[in-house]
Order: sequence, then structure tokens, then C-alpha cells
Amino acid sequence: MVVDEKIKNKIVSEEITESSENPYLKKLKDFFEEISSLTLFALRFFKEVVRPPYEFKEFVKQSYLIGYKSFPLVAITGLIMGLVLTIQSRPTLAQFGAESWLPAMVAVSIIREIGPVITALIFAGKVGSGIGAELASMKVTEQIDAMEVSGTNPFKYLVVTRILSATIMLPVLVVAADAISLYGAYIGVNLEGDVSFHLFFLQVFEKLSFADVFPAIIKTFFFGFMIALLSCYKGFNANKGTEGVGQAANSAVVLASLSIFIIDMIAVQLTNLFI
Amino acid sequence: MEAVITEIEHLKKSFGNNNVLKDINLKIAKGENLVVFGKSGSGKSVLIKCLVGLIEPDEGKVIVLGKDISELKNEELNILRKKVGFLFQSAALYDSMTVRENLEFPLRDLKSKPKEEIDALVIEALKNVGLEDAIDKMPSELSGGMRKRVGLARTLILKPEIILYDEPTTGLDPITSKEISNLILEVQKKYNTASIIITHDVECARITANRIIILKDGTSAAEGTFDELSESTDESVRAFFK
Repeated sequence: MVVDEKIKNKIVSEEITESSENPYLKKLKDFFEEISSLTLFALRFFKEVVRPPYEFKEFVKQSYLIGYKSFPLVAITGLIMGLVLTIQSRPTLAQFGAESWLPAMVAVSIIREIGPVITALIFAGKVGSGIGAELASMKVTEQIDAMEVSGTNPFKYLVVTRILSATIMLPVLVVAADAISLYGAYIGVNLEGDVSFHLFFLQVFEKLSFADVFPAIIKTFFFGFMIALLSCYKGFNANKGTEGVGQAANSAVVLASLSIFIIDMIAVQLTNLFI
Repeated sequence: MEAVITEIEHLKKSFGNNNVLKDINLKIAKGENLVVFGKSGSGKSVLIKCLVGLIEPDEGKVIVLGKDISELKNEELNILRKKVGFLFQSAALYDSMTVRENLEFPLRDLKSKPKEEIDALVIEALKNVGLEDAIDKMPSELSGGMRKRVGLARTLILKPEIILYDEPTTGLDPITSKEISNLILEVQKKYNTASIIITHDVECARITANRIIILKDGTSAAEGTFDELSESTDESVRAFFK
């Protein structure tokens, strides 16, 4: 509350002095201010998440909405992803007479990279925009203030529960999407061939190692955390009425998607370094 | 006059170079309805938001129920807030919850209470505003007046000692506005609450006010009863009553 107020005061005073300021300098200043504000927001999350009382009921509700309700979309995307990747990869492998490598190649691609990243992007689109728009609309219609004056900590109730749910639910969804995607790959392989279910998965697991699965799952926790953190941040700090709601939802998705690629790039480098 | 339960001393609040509140001093006694008039942007909402700690004053003291707001820790402030009801201009009902869940929300800390007791409190609060039939409706199914009344019921459920009304009749037709104003008066009589009512509605002020203050240029420009101020020799004061 106090932090919000200070930010508000700062914004108003800056509006008055900024007209004479260099526009590039101002953009740079805004950028660093946004980063520091986001960092404070994240630090507040880590502070509030361990402090009782815990909003367990709301956490379960959000896990249901964020996780279970996203499953159909993630499942369909996963199935198509596996199917299409297999169909697209077959001609190239056939040129080298390596069609028998298809299950293993597709599996490694899905588990290591495509599964986590595509699922996280779908998740950012569905859940990130939802959180951004919901919190922004609560902010501009004074629902967050109403929560605060009723003696409830809105950050804990709205932000902590959503970030925690998304951080836990995304890895679960990625595992499910990977499994469904492999099934899609099995269908894809059998469109032009005849490979038994048993043989297909034997080939898949023969080539998959701990180094493929573990880092891929770990990075999804960071994806989930960043998607929800950025969406909550944008929603919780929305202003400008209904226009602000649209802006919050939009920027939540854009920033969350961008963060997925940045985290992925770092994760790949770290994986190569240690495993 | 009953005991003073809220006191504001030399309250100042600025946003950048805009000095919204320059020097506000006021006292509210238990069971008193104080109406605050003022032009848009004169700091009326800022004033009541300072009372519940939604906005931090730059200077001055805000003492609510004997406690200085600025000296309270978050947990203490949350306890105090349960004794101060706030009816927002838009009613601020939680869109994703039913009317029942909206009313149950402020009671979340009373986990030890049996469900029947919570239900009874919800029904009593809705009866107070004549909306017991709307208990399972979503806020989107309610009219503007009904939303305000549910908002008031949610405020009343914790039986606050002070209620802050932020433009309770704005956007409502004259008949519903009068109903809401009468409801505010009823609440005052039934629970002996002190209220600060921010409004532009002269009829609402006439029905509810024990005392009126007029905010102008960040200070309290005039103070008195409805009759005193409506017959003021100061044209800028009389303008509010036309």
C-alpha cells in the first residue's frame, strides 16, 4: 500500500518535470524503474509466501482454475505438436535412411524443448492474460481496495496464491502435454508405417536420459513463476480505467512470452555447462 | 455531544505539485453523520481513504477509534479496518463471487464460527438492506441500486463503528437515491454508527447530515448544519445547495 502510494506520487511529480527531459533518457529511466518495481514486487512475494496466515482454500481454487481448466487446451496442443513434428521430420530422416530414428528424435525434441516451451507459451496466453485482465479489472473497480479495507491482505490473497499455483501447475501440465505429444508422435509414425505401441515407446525411452528430462522439467517451474509474476504485476499495478485492463492483459502476455524465451536460453546454457 | 471517535489534525496530502489537501481538521462524534461536499477533485475521496490507510498522508494526524493510523503495523491496521466500514462509489463487489460469498468474505477470520451462525449474519445483513432474495445472485445480475445495497450489507456485516460512504447515490435514479439515503439514516439509528458521507447529492445530504463540511482549495471552507449552510451568505457555499 505504502509502496503503491510512493510510486503514485513519483509518477505525478515526474509528469510535471518530464516535458523538458530527453525522450531516450526518459525511456531508459522508465525501463529501470519498471525493473526495480518488478523486483520489489517479486521480493514481496517471497516475503508474503512464508508468512501466515496461508490462503490455502484460494490456492486450491486457483490451482484448479489454472491447472485443470488449462488441461484441454494443453492436451490438444500437445497432440497436434507431436503429430505435426513427426510428419514434418519424416521426409528429412527418410533422405538419410534414418526413419527408424524418428521416435527417438521426436521424443528428445519434445521433452527437451518443444513441449516445455510451447506449453508455456499456450499457458502464458491463456492464464497470463486471464490473471492480468482479472487483477487489472479488480484494481480499476476498487475491488482490491475493498479487500484491503475489509482487513484482508490482497497481495497474499490474489497474488501469492496465483503465482504459487502457476509455478506448481505448469510443470504438471508440461508433463501431461509431453506424454500426449508422444502419443501424437506415435499416431504420426503410424500414418505411413506400422510400429507397435510397445516398440515405439521402447525406442523413445531407449534414447531419453536423465539429462533430457530433469532440466526440462526444472525450467518449467521458472516459466510458471515468471508468467504469473509478470501477469500479477501488470494487473495489480493497472490504471487508466478500462483501457488499463486491456493494456495489462496485453503486456502480461507479451512480457511473459518474452520471459519464457529468455529463461529457456539461460536454462540451455546452464544445462550444457553442468550436464 | 457523544465521544469523539475520529479526529483529523492538520492533514496534508499532495500528488506531485497538486496540493489536494492543505490543512484539514475535523472531529466526528459517535453516532454522527458528517456529509462532505466539494467540487470534483477537491480531495473528498482522498480524505476518507486517508482514514483507512489506503492513502498515506504527507503530514498531519489521523486518529481513528483512539489509534493513530500512521503508527499502526499492518496487522494492527487490519484489525482496525474491521471496525471501519467503507462503501465504495462503485460498490466494489467481487465479480467472481455470489452475493453470499461477497458478504462472507469479511467474515473469513471467524473460522471458528459455525456455518449456521455465518449464514445467519449474512441473512441479517441482507435483510437490513431488503435484499435477502438476492443471496445467490452474481453481482452482474444486480442493478446499480441493488449493488450499492449489497455493498452496504457487506459493510454492515462486521457491525462497524464508523462507516465511510464514497458517493453512495452517484449514478442512481432519484427514487433509488432516496432509498439509499434513508438506508444510511436507518443504519445510523439502528447501530449508532458514525458516518462520513462524500456526496454531491443535496437530497442525500438533507436526509442524512447532522453536520456538513465543504472542502475548497484543500481546506474546510465552511461547516454547519444543512439549514445553516443552505442559507449561507457565501455564494460559493450556497451554490452546492442549488
